[in-house]
Amino acid sequence: MPSLGPDMESARVIEWLVKPGDTLHRGDVIVVVETDKGAIEIEVFEDAVVEALIAPLDAELVVGAVMARLRVAGESGTDARAVAATERVEPTVSSPAPAVAPAPPSAVIAQDSVGTPAASSAVASAGHRRASPAARKRAAGLGVDLAGVSGSGPGGAVLLADLAAVSAPRVKRAGGFDAAAMRRVIGAAMARSKREIPHYYLGQKISMASALRWLRQANESRTVEARLLPAVLLLRAVGLALRRTPTLNGFYENGAFRAGDGIHIGWAVALRGGGLVAPAIHDVDKKSLDELMTGLRDVVMRARGGALRGSELVDATVTVTSLGERGADTVLPIIHPPQVAMIGFGRVVERPWAVAGQVEVQPVIGVSLAADHRVSDGHLGSQLLADIERLLNAPETL
Amino acid sequence: MTVITYREACKQALRAALVADPRVFMMGEDIAAYGGCYAVSKGLLAEFGAERIRDTPLSESAFVGAGIGAAMAGMRPIVEIMTVNFSLLALDQIMNNAASIPHMSGGQFAVPLVIRMATGAGRQLAAQHSHSLEGWYAHIPGLRILAPATIEDARHMLAPALADPNPVLIFEHVMLYNVEAELDERIDAVDITHASIRRAGTDVTVVTYGGSLPRALAAADTLAAEGIAAEVIDLRVLRPLDMTTVAASVARTHRCVIVDEGWKSGSLAAEVCARLVEMVFYELDAPIARVCSAEVPMPYAAHLEQAALPNAGRIVAAVRQVVRPA
Amino acid sequence: MNEQQIRAMVADALAGIAPEVDLDTAGADQDLRQALDLDSMDFLNLVIALSQRTGRAVPEADYPRLFTLAGMAAYFAH
Repeated sequence: MPSLGPDMESARVIEWLVKPGDTLHRGDVIVVVETDKGAIEIEVFEDAVVEALIAPLDAELVVGAVMARLRVAGESGTDARAVAATERVEPTVSSPAPAVAPAPPSAVIAQDSVGTPAASSAVASAGHRRASPAARKRAAGLGVDLAGVSGSGPGGAVLLADLAAVSAPRVKRAGGFDAAAMRRVIGAAMARSKREIPHYYLGQKISMASALRWLRQANESRTVEARLLPAVLLLRAVGLALRRTPTLNGFYENGAFRAGDGIHIGWAVALRGGGLVAPAIHDVDKKSLDELMTGLRDVVMRARGGALRGSELVDATVTVTSLGERGADTVLPIIHPPQVAMIGFGRVVERPWAVAGQVEVQPVIGVSLAADHRVSDGHLGSQLLADIERLLNAPETL
Repeated sequence: MTVITYREACKQALRAALVADPRVFMMGEDIAAYGGCYAVSKGLLAEFGAERIRDTPLSESAFVGAGIGAAMAGMRPIVEIMTVNFSLLALDQIMNNAASIPHMSGGQFAVPLVIRMATGAGRQLAAQHSHSLEGWYAHIPGLRILAPATIEDARHMLAPALADPNPVLIFEHVMLYNVEAELDERIDAVDITHASIRRAGTDVTVVTYGGSLPRALAAADTLAAEGIAAEVIDLRVLRPLDMTTVAASVARTHRCVIVDEGWKSGSLAAEVCARLVEMVFYELDAPIARVCSAEVPMPYAAHLEQAALPNAGRIVAAVRQVVRPA
Repeated sequence: MNEQQIRAMVADALAGIAPEVDLDTAGADQDLRQALDLDSMDFLNLVIALSQRTGRAVPEADYPRLFTLAGMAAYFAH
């Protein structure tokens, strides 16, 4: 079970998407787990073949627990067995412990009976809607009330087949998102940030006249599906600017700064109904505006649909929040530990703006930076904001 | 590809082990001069001599104990017990010594012993020679329990069993000895850790092992004609059980029938059933069914013996009940 | 296209964009972005969906006419 954030202790296995014998490639999603941040898809980090799935469905696993056994490319089957054997703690001599996955305790005890299945299933309590466990699980997932489903099984029991015809009402989020749990996670991370990180803040107003003019012209010739949002320009500008200030892109860990392995921007997505996630958009400085628009649309939809991937939760090297057209003018961000900086954009507003000695009305955005004083200082931070301004004033270079 | 019998596959495995390692030797009742009561070791005395192919007195406790001692002293003994019913005379040695010494010595003594025995009914050998008690042995920590059901496993399970530093029991079903099949010569090793899906299917998982595998596969053929796709899993290793494979299959098919020639009460089938309930309760769309032997001492009369045993017809009926409940 | 029809079309489109919002809470003259907490990405996706359903290309300059259900009904009326 990978750690999907500094505050994560455990997660529940919701769905295995692979089976023993499957060939996997780096980046394939193999399992969905339920965390305080919602349902998260976990990817594999190596080319491998699935040897065995260890974690049963619905098991709550602590971080570090074994979920599955993989044979990575190049390993022989014999080696994989050796790996399996060492997992059972085999010094020189030891007995083979049963390779039984830790399973949740069950209260179900079979009767001491040699009866046929039909005979044993004849035992039913009054007032209890008969349904198979699998049918109950699927009905719960679909939000279907079993009382309204006619069952074709013994004694009218509802079976999976009886639910095939029942259409799914629109579910809110996969995996039963818990707003209170997410609030606790946000609270813990932000409290840690405020406690440990000596923030410094910088702010600046930037004219968006050039950027929005360029965007309007670009979008005129595009179909509605291919149009770009201003947010993509902001994202790209930050990505390119961070190239020149690498000490704002990375992590503060164990008393030292570690630079990020790329510019992976966590984009803060507000969830309707409360809560916030910041999935990573990878290698922002290497992607075109169109690629970033596609990536942004994808993570926003999945963040709200509850289907983010584990790497998207842990890979971000810096975070950007944009309050959008209905937000406040200025945001003073709180750094997401162990990152060392966060950039915030307020709403675009029309303001008087001096150009060559003349006052004009121009669209203006407030950009702000919160950064970790253990790693950088205001001189460097100012350079980042200046670079962002320079890039937004020359949108054709983005 | 050559077609050989299960008996011949067992013999080839023994011969290969004797050739490969001078520490390997065999002990048992009537295995040398007579060639074994199921003729598995016929010819080995002439080839390897009386030092390595040893007839023993009719005392299971004594020769199993001797095998344990030899294993602890560095040899690689293969002990044959005529039938699982007789192994009860050696149960003290197997459980209190072989399975326990590695633990009780804190790992100072390995017991790399292999015990082969015949199991199961079908040859009209009555209630003292016909039972399937491998499930009892699968209860004991410290043992690895194998049930080769195919020619390939009969040929290749012995080598990893001998390589295991712990005692390994191999159960050979008496009705399999005359089964013939092609031995794929490209396969030169098998593992002794995993269950195997012998036939893929989507509607129901049939879990079995040993002598019941051919019955389950025959049932799957019949069921396929009715439009029911049964997945047949051969457990192969009865301890430690590979429940990951079984549970993953049941999570796909949502239904399970367990076929075990042991008695239903307190059986290996009961263990598999209980673990499935623990692991994949919420995937089940029907009660788990079991097809086991009638709860009687195995009858001698042929028609009564057949009536007491699992067969393809009973497996088909159990699957129908689970997949298409009336 | 009357308001009833546009409402049904928007509800259908929102099901794929923001399934958790309830269109019934929005009045005909309310700014949907405000009423349903739609951000610029949601709104763009909604415009794409409506454009695809009606076969109409919607220039960016026309976006303000689509902020309310009444506005949409008028815009797609012909």
